[in-house]
Amino acid sequence: MAISALVPAGAQAAREPERRRGGLVALALLVPGLAYLALFFLVPFVSLLITSFGINDTATYGGYYYAFYWQNYVDVIAQYWPQFLRSFWYALLATVFALLISYPIAYFIGVTIRERKLLRNLLLVLVIAPFFISFLLRTLAWKQILSDEGPVVGVLQVVGLMGPQDHITGTPFAVVFGLTYNFIPFMTLPLFASLDRLDKRLIEAGSDLYSGNASTFWKVTFPLSLPGVISGTLLTFIPAAGDYVNASQSFLGGPGTAMIGNVIQSKFLITVNYPQAAALSILLMAVIVVIVGLYVRRAGTDDLL
Amino acid sequence: MRRAEARRRRPIGSWLLPLYVTVAFVILLIPIVYTFVFSFNDANRSNISWNGFTLQNWLTVCAQPEVCVAFGNSILVGLVATVIATTLGTMIALALVRYRFRARSSISLLLFLPMATPEVVIGAGLAAQFLTIGVAKGLVTIIIAHTMFCLSFVVVTVRARVLSLDPALEEAGRDLYGSPREVFWRITFPLLLPGIVAAALLSFSLSFDDFIITYFTSGTVQTFPVYIYVAAQRGIPPQANVIASAVFLIAIAATLVFQIVSARRASRLRR
Repeated sequence: MAISALVPAGAQAAREPERRRGGLVALALLVPGLAYLALFFLVPFVSLLITSFGINDTATYGGYYYAFYWQNYVDVIAQYWPQFLRSFWYALLATVFALLISYPIAYFIGVTIRERKLLRNLLLVLVIAPFFISFLLRTLAWKQILSDEGPVVGVLQVVGLMGPQDHITGTPFAVVFGLTYNFIPFMTLPLFASLDRLDKRLIEAGSDLYSGNASTFWKVTFPLSLPGVISGTLLTFIPAAGDYVNASQSFLGGPGTAMIGNVIQSKFLITVNYPQAAALSILLMAVIVVIVGLYVRRAGTDDLL
Repeated sequence: MRRAEARRRRPIGSWLLPLYVTVAFVILLIPIVYTFVFSFNDANRSNISWNGFTLQNWLTVCAQPEVCVAFGNSILVGLVATVIATTLGTMIALALVRYRFRARSSISLLLFLPMATPEVVIGAGLAAQFLTIGVAKGLVTIIIAHTMFCLSFVVVTVRARVLSLDPALEEAGRDLYGSPREVFWRITFPLLLPGIVAAALLSFSLSFDDFIITYFTSGTVQTFPVYIYVAAQRGIPPQANVIASAVFLIAIAATLVFQIVSARRASRLRR
């Protein structure tokens, strides 16, 4: 199912049919969906922006009142910059690891066994298989496998690689591990999509021109797979920076691993400080827009959708 | 010289890559196998250590009623959100490919943004909006949120299918005096159907597995992921593993059937 869905549109595009002038029909087709997005995506965003300038006051209805209170931003930056830095650092690590792990998988499925359709489709199903089981349960499974009583810690302690007081769960390692694991399919599928499109004759041409395997890879294969690398890294980095499940203490995190999502969640739903939660969300979005903007400009891609 | 070297190296690569991929898949599938195995664990609330094999959990799935209620909510939300998102998204996809208009790039941006926004920001935004307009959170707000984030994915999926459609087939329909309505329902729609089905399946699985946005928009109602998140603090009953495993098996079966059917269709159309 979702295989074709997660493949970027260009992969399947045959030719663009002649476009007719948009009239009433086009308008009727577009308006309901776009109005829905405006109402439930743009308006909430504006409402978040307004809330972020509000003043927290548990005495008023709703828990805050409107103002133009910049201080929220100053306060949250002063207080939560470590969580901000940590979120982007963990997300960066997870993105790099996911890329390193996914690339050979995508290459194998998309290039090496391209002609063996049955095996290829079977392996693709295996890539998306994790989507079919709740990611919370998968993360909990890792928590238990990596827990102090689990097999991994046991073996590492017997071998002497871990001391009796060392843990895996609750450490930054476990959180980055969980993030990497959870986002591997999001990295593999776009990589597969662009490697699958790659013309194998170009690789052959490389070796005909006396280029070694490594230099063929770096000069031919990798540049041609860049669209997949770009969408895969974005599909991993953005949600990973905002994720808070892996870093939660009841999952793979510990007291020192809270990411910005954990802070937003607890501000919003536990301590009920809406203005600060909103300010943190807006800041998270702003930093992501800047990072992604710079990255996309450098990497150069025209049509992301 | 270098070419000969490359040739000598090839045999190493020929077993190294498959070996790597095998190991990677085994590791990727470990948590799934773990969840499945622990659905047979003879344990109560905290399904953490292995207590022996039992079929009991599979036979009494709803012994922990909250698990089943949460599961039912997830199915309901998934179905409603999928129907709405697939309908609206297919309409947008058709318009985007078939018609020319000026606002194209801003429309693309509007469709791309929800996919590029971290879930926690979307969740917080919706929660802030529901708070502002005084709507109580519950099933309706969850469905609103899920429809919203599924919509863009539907557009992307269906758009790819519309792009691959041969316009000559529709022209033929018109040449044979088919009315626009007939051409759409008898030619365009059947040809788009695999794309629409794929979009609907994607949308349903996105909705079914979503936790972060749901948690911000759910109030006291629990979907399956929300149930697991909340229960994780005191221990997950094995019945949760049963439901997750059953969903997994059904989804894999459905995927395989869908793959086989679309492969058949494709080969039939090619002939």
